[in-house]
Amino acid sequence: MQLTNRSKNVVNKEMTFWERIYLPAIFKGMWTTLKHFFRKKNTLNYPEEKREFAPVYRGWHVLKRDQQGRENCTACGLCAVACPAEAITMEAAERKKGEENLYREEKYAAVYEINMLRCIFCGLCEEACPKEAIFLTDRLIPADYVRQNFIFGKDMLVEGVEPEKRVDVTVRQKHITEKKTAVGV
Amino acid sequence: MTAIILFTSAIFIEKAILILVLFVLTLSVAAYSTYGERKVAAFIQDRLGPNRAGPWGLLQPLVDGAKFFTKEDFMPNAAEKWLFILAPGAFMFVALMTSAVIPWGTQLTAFGGAVDLQVADLNIGILYIIGFTSLGVYGIMIGGWASNNKFSLYGAIRASAQMVSYELAMGLSIIAVVMLTGTLSLKEMAAQQAGFNWNIWYQPLGFLIFFVCSLAECNRAPFDMAECETELVGGYHTEYSSMKLGFFLFAEYINMFIACAVIATMYFGGYNFPGVDPGWLGGLMGPIVMLGKTFFFIFVFMWIRWTIPRFRYDQLMRLGWKSLIPLAILNMLLTGAGVLLFGK
Repeated sequence: MQLTNRSKNVVNKEMTFWERIYLPAIFKGMWTTLKHFFRKKNTLNYPEEKREFAPVYRGWHVLKRDQQGRENCTACGLCAVACPAEAITMEAAERKKGEENLYREEKYAAVYEINMLRCIFCGLCEEACPKEAIFLTDRLIPADYVRQNFIFGKDMLVEGVEPEKRVDVTVRQKHITEKKTAVGV
Repeated sequence: MTAIILFTSAIFIEKAILILVLFVLTLSVAAYSTYGERKVAAFIQDRLGPNRAGPWGLLQPLVDGAKFFTKEDFMPNAAEKWLFILAPGAFMFVALMTSAVIPWGTQLTAFGGAVDLQVADLNIGILYIIGFTSLGVYGIMIGGWASNNKFSLYGAIRASAQMVSYELAMGLSIIAVVMLTGTLSLKEMAAQQAGFNWNIWYQPLGFLIFFVCSLAECNRAPFDMAECETELVGGYHTEYSSMKLGFFLFAEYINMFIACAVIATMYFGGYNFPGVDPGWLGGLMGPIVMLGKTFFFIFVFMWIRWTIPRFRYDQLMRLGWKSLIPLAILNMLLTGAGVLLFGK
């Protein structure tokens, strides 16, 4: 099967005189490298410059709060079921009286952990979520020396209450809604 | 009596200063050649190269040098101790010696005096250079042998075989230049090529042969058979570490610098350039032109290294014995005929 028309048949023939004096081929090669010498460089000076992320990049998860600052998650466990890498674990608890300002639903996740070494950042958890509680963001998981530190609990996942600590996920939210309507969910 | 002592001591001091300047110049050019090499390699491969140490990475050679000094100085248990230590020193010594006969300019005139810009005007300058570069292979041979490592020994054997093969063609191409100029002194060769009357116009084939041979003499790609990382894990310096390794690598860059200077002197007019008097700026113009040409050829050396893949050993030998030597002899005959028919 021919995939491209760039393939060349290799023949083990004697070299011609022109090929044997090497010089034409050498000058051709040097012309090529000279052109590369003045070409735009591919290197990105990392700490100073950063590569632009796609607006729908899938990175560090966030557990969203609603307008009143209450956690959206109701610990239904659908994300954990949907997760192909089995990275998500949670423990549910019942909302007590007086905690209505903390949790939106009557049941909430007392413990919510994502193992970032298991996670494959596929985004199926956000698609499974019926409460629009979990989203993937364009933040990268920081490096660490200890495996234990990659198990992110609620302290690392839930966004802050204050407006400046909120994580903007509108683009991602729109993207998921479009995806869902496309398949008719 | 005192006049003689004064005169000799003046000459002594003058030469000592010149040697010191040349020594520092050679070492710094070699150091910055490593930087240049990495930059050229990077640019040819669409990268930026070292740019973290200082502005544009200009402090990189200094940092590398400091690193070489602080590394563990490892010596194999079964190595020949004294030869192992001697080899990098010998290689470095030979590399530094060759710069003595190269004319960097005509004369430096300052404070009413005149100083020759050449450490020693030997009347056999070019022979001296050929002799010393041939000695250079001893450093490689001793190092490869003393390491007690088969890869090192292979590298050393290859280096010496290559040296023998290419030195012949090199010598033959030099003979053509000597026939043309009628002198073995590099100073006179440079002086004869005043203006644009460069030897390259009379010796294009000879230049090509000399250039290829000096690539081989410097153990540079595509003739770096002595090192070839992919086959010999570094060749003769596989077992070397710390500043001993640094000496080997450094001496190679010095060799390259000298080879480029010799090419510039023999074929490209040395310190001469059309429309530029080497006496300008109190004689400083000569060295500037000369160094410019030398740096250009260093760049070409690097450019070639990052373009052409390494020759196979048998191809190398075939090129040396079956192509370059006959071509060099032909070139010699043609030059002889030309000199006989048209004069110099």
